[in-house]
Amino acid sequence: MNFVLRMAWKDSRASRRRLALFSLSVVLGIAALVAIGSFGANLRVAIDDQARGLLGADLVITSRQTIPRAVWDHLATVGGEQAKEVAFSSMMVFPGADGINRTRLVQVRAIEGRFPFYGEFLTQPADAAARLAGGEAVVVLEETLLNQYGVKPGDTVRLGKVDFTVLGAVLKVPGESVAVTQLAPRAFIPLAQLAATQLAGPGSLVRHRIALKLPADVDPLAIERAMREKFRTERLGYDTVEERKRDFGRVLDNVNAFLSLVGFVALFLGAIGVASAIHVYVRQKITTVAVLRCLGASARQSFAVYLVQGLGLGVFGATLGAALGIGVQLLLPLLLADLLPFDVNFFIAWPAVARGVGAGLVICLLFTLLPLLTVRRVSPLVALRSAFAERVGGPDPWRVALGVLIVLAVVGFAIWQTRSLPLGLGFSGALGVGFGVLASLAHAVAWAARRWCPRGLPYVVRQGVANLYRPNNRTVLLLLALGLGTFLMLTLYLTRTTLLGQIQGTGGNGRSNLLFFDIQDDQIEPLNALLEREGVTTRQQAPIVTMRIKGLQGRTVDEILADRGSGIPGWTLRREYRSTFRGELTGTETLIGGTFTGRVPEGTETIPVSIEEGLARDMRLKLGDELQFDVQGVTLAARVGSIRKVDWQRLQPNFFIVFPEGVLEAAPKFYVMAMRAETPADSARLQQAVVRDFPNVSAIDLTLLLQTFDGIFAKVSLVVRFMALFTVATGVIVLVGAVLTGRYQRIRETVLLRTLGATRRQLTQIQLVEYAILGVLAAAVGCILAVAANALLAHFVFKTAAAFPVGFLVLTVLAVTAVTLLTGLLSNRGVTDHPPLAVLRQET
Amino acid sequence: MTDDNMLKVERLTKIYGPATGAGALTVLREVSFTLATGSSLAVVGPSGSGKTTLLGLCAGLDTATHGDVTLAGARLGALDEDARARVRNEHVGFVFQNFQLIPTLTALENVLVPVELRGEGGREVEARELLTRVGLGERCDHYPVQLSGGEQQRVALARAFMNRPKVLFCDEPTGNLDHDTATAMAELIFGLNRERGTTLVLVTHDLELAKRCQRIIRLRGGAVVSDSTP
Repeated sequence: MNFVLRMAWKDSRASRRRLALFSLSVVLGIAALVAIGSFGANLRVAIDDQARGLLGADLVITSRQTIPRAVWDHLATVGGEQAKEVAFSSMMVFPGADGINRTRLVQVRAIEGRFPFYGEFLTQPADAAARLAGGEAVVVLEETLLNQYGVKPGDTVRLGKVDFTVLGAVLKVPGESVAVTQLAPRAFIPLAQLAATQLAGPGSLVRHRIALKLPADVDPLAIERAMREKFRTERLGYDTVEERKRDFGRVLDNVNAFLSLVGFVALFLGAIGVASAIHVYVRQKITTVAVLRCLGASARQSFAVYLVQGLGLGVFGATLGAALGIGVQLLLPLLLADLLPFDVNFFIAWPAVARGVGAGLVICLLFTLLPLLTVRRVSPLVALRSAFAERVGGPDPWRVALGVLIVLAVVGFAIWQTRSLPLGLGFSGALGVGFGVLASLAHAVAWAARRWCPRGLPYVVRQGVANLYRPNNRTVLLLLALGLGTFLMLTLYLTRTTLLGQIQGTGGNGRSNLLFFDIQDDQIEPLNALLEREGVTTRQQAPIVTMRIKGLQGRTVDEILADRGSGIPGWTLRREYRSTFRGELTGTETLIGGTFTGRVPEGTETIPVSIEEGLARDMRLKLGDELQFDVQGVTLAARVGSIRKVDWQRLQPNFFIVFPEGVLEAAPKFYVMAMRAETPADSARLQQAVVRDFPNVSAIDLTLLLQTFDGIFAKVSLVVRFMALFTVATGVIVLVGAVLTGRYQRIRETVLLRTLGATRRQLTQIQLVEYAILGVLAAAVGCILAVAANALLAHFVFKTAAAFPVGFLVLTVLAVTAVTLLTGLLSNRGVTDHPPLAVLRQET
Repeated sequence: MTDDNMLKVERLTKIYGPATGAGALTVLREVSFTLATGSSLAVVGPSGSGKTTLLGLCAGLDTATHGDVTLAGARLGALDEDARARVRNEHVGFVFQNFQLIPTLTALENVLVPVELRGEGGREVEARELLTRVGLGERCDHYPVQLSGGEQQRVALARAFMNRPKVLFCDEPTGNLDHDTATAMAELIFGLNRERGTTLVLVTHDLELAKRCQRIIRLRGGAVVSDSTP
């Protein structure tokens, strides 16, 4: 053993820098795994520590309707403390310094009581939250609103019929992240002021919420269970700390798994880089191994010498990776700040570090072993004759076993991270296909270069092309490294472009791009008159009647909910449906079954309704099935008359259930209107006019939606891109490693060519041709794979047309080629300067 | 084999490729001889006559297709590769035409490799003495790349004697050296051989060098064509 260690150490003497460079290939992958693992542990501890703060209470009860008296009476018997909140969306008016009012959809949160009971409601200034309790007409606004509209504490904003004095900005509310509040920024007002605003009228989309702080000896879960039983028909929602923890934990696990897989791609790529470098390294060591064998070293000893070096390389890479990973872990909270609904304290989670390092070491070692196995089969005869490079004797069973082990390790890691057999297999399969495609293409390129390189081309071009297929070429490795990096980064970009294009497309071609909702029955005529004055032709106007499902095929909802074998999701039965009635299908609807009935005669007993296909599938509804609706106290018998496919992606009112005309006209209802404003200025003017005359009416405009989506996507994709960067950087390191590994061979060739009269310019041109071809090919393949992946995602997941930004793709190819050329030339610098004599005397 | 015989070669045949048929390449056929302990043998013959193959088989670097080799009392044909490696480590020294020093080790470290393989420490003084004996006492810490061809071959010779071998196998030991250096090298080989009572097997093209051995075997087409004393 001593000999093995001493020999490994001494033999590495001339190659330590090279071995260290090889190990860099896995550093980033391990760093990614360590950072994500350790940060994940930080998050889990944060969730545990701030569990109550995630909810702000022991138990939260929510409802879409006013919470019944009986519930309050029950809560009075439970004891503890209560806080109330009524939340809804509405338009806020911001008076501008130029005298022009601006409007913005906000999420009004009318609160009463000492909420949050746990965690902190942070505001700027700090006393703003406490001053809400006074019940005056004051408001605390989302910080972004203050910045966007230049509002300062003391200024006035308008909500409905009331002018509110701005107290300050919301900084943090327990359990809520800034990113998810972007669409409708929060505006906290005292509950006592709600009635005066006249905004939360009948038909408004209001959410009622009771937060409870329970006595220490009361179990929130027991209270929840008892209330679920007692108030089964009241359709209340419940949220406990445990549920909130579980939900967050689940989301975090998914995010963690996804990022770990991205990190793993970097590690896998790095491991291939290591294997390739070790392969070249071992080839250079074959004579040394043969001499050792002649001097009496056993196959095991010779193998052990290089295994120790491989292990050393892995440990060095893993240590460096762990250190870098801990550094990266410090950065992650900054990247995720707006996405996290709680504070995260930094600490090094050693078990997570050990897991990352362990996974990295295992993968690195397995990939290192693959080329190292050659050492076992080196014949001592090589010392006499170099022709005996390897002992012959058929396929090496160890190599086959190692191959199987590598596949198992990759699949095992993927399953471990995703905690799902199909997902893990899917990921490993996709990784295998990606690598297979790139590797096959590389082989095809090498084959084609050998076969079809025209003899008429200039010598430097032919020599550059020949470098693609001659012995010790790096074509496969470089195409893998660069192609995979390009593919990952570009897929992220294309997906984002596709999704943005999808939203933009919804407002294109003269389609609606502005939506007004919460329009009361008596406002519809004056509002239409206003729109006419403003020159807007209403595109679509839909009455909305709220209702619930009471029964299905002769069974009550309660019976079906109690029947666990029904297979019908509870939400489809419990939810409040906002249905419409009209005489025909709209442009976003396609009939896929039955007959759409536009009107029924008065007194029709069973109303033929049209059901959206997804809902029909979830509720297992067929044509002719019978339903009973509870329309605000009135029971209505209906049957499935038709099934429709709905394009939900257009900005216009779409519905699960459409009634025929002649039934719901007399029911309490409100309206939603979709229209088109040609310019953002038109849109703003229209919104201001509508809010001025109809304060309860709210608007969503497509521009806002786009900005919001882009903002959230940008934050999420920043994190993903950051991780993908590890793969790209690994690709560059592998590229540098590959170039340097073949450097000595290049020096020898260059010296020979120089001896034969090649100029330095010619030598550089040869390198340029080789790296340009590799760069262009890698980038092109990466682009093709990314375009294909994006097309698949667009078709199967987003159900939209895939983006195909030709200009950007061309730019990508150019940029990747430039990086390849630069890296190649920098790594090869000095090759043409070597004195021939030094090269000819050199042994390694 | 009597105690007097260090090496016994019996009907040694080496065929590359399939054992029979058109693809079979017989590089050595039915070679037999014995070599007494402490004696010296030169194997000569034209290129491709099977000299190096015979040397490799005698030293246990390869296995024969037919026949057997008994080296220092060990029947090599019955041993696996690792057991043959132990025999080499205990009884054999090598000098190669292209020196075959390990480039990452200094001259001294190269010389110490055979004893370190046995797990024997504390032999550095002896290694330095050997290097001094071959005239490289001042170059112990130099790497092969810093030494001339003749110097490298002398380090290889010191390494070959480090494990006090019973047999020294030399494959064209002067083949890559100029005349003067080759002469000096030959003096060292035969001098050390005499001093340490080593059995010497020498493969060479150089007939002058061969004549310094007690016995010469001539090979042609893989077969022994003469076995004589100079």
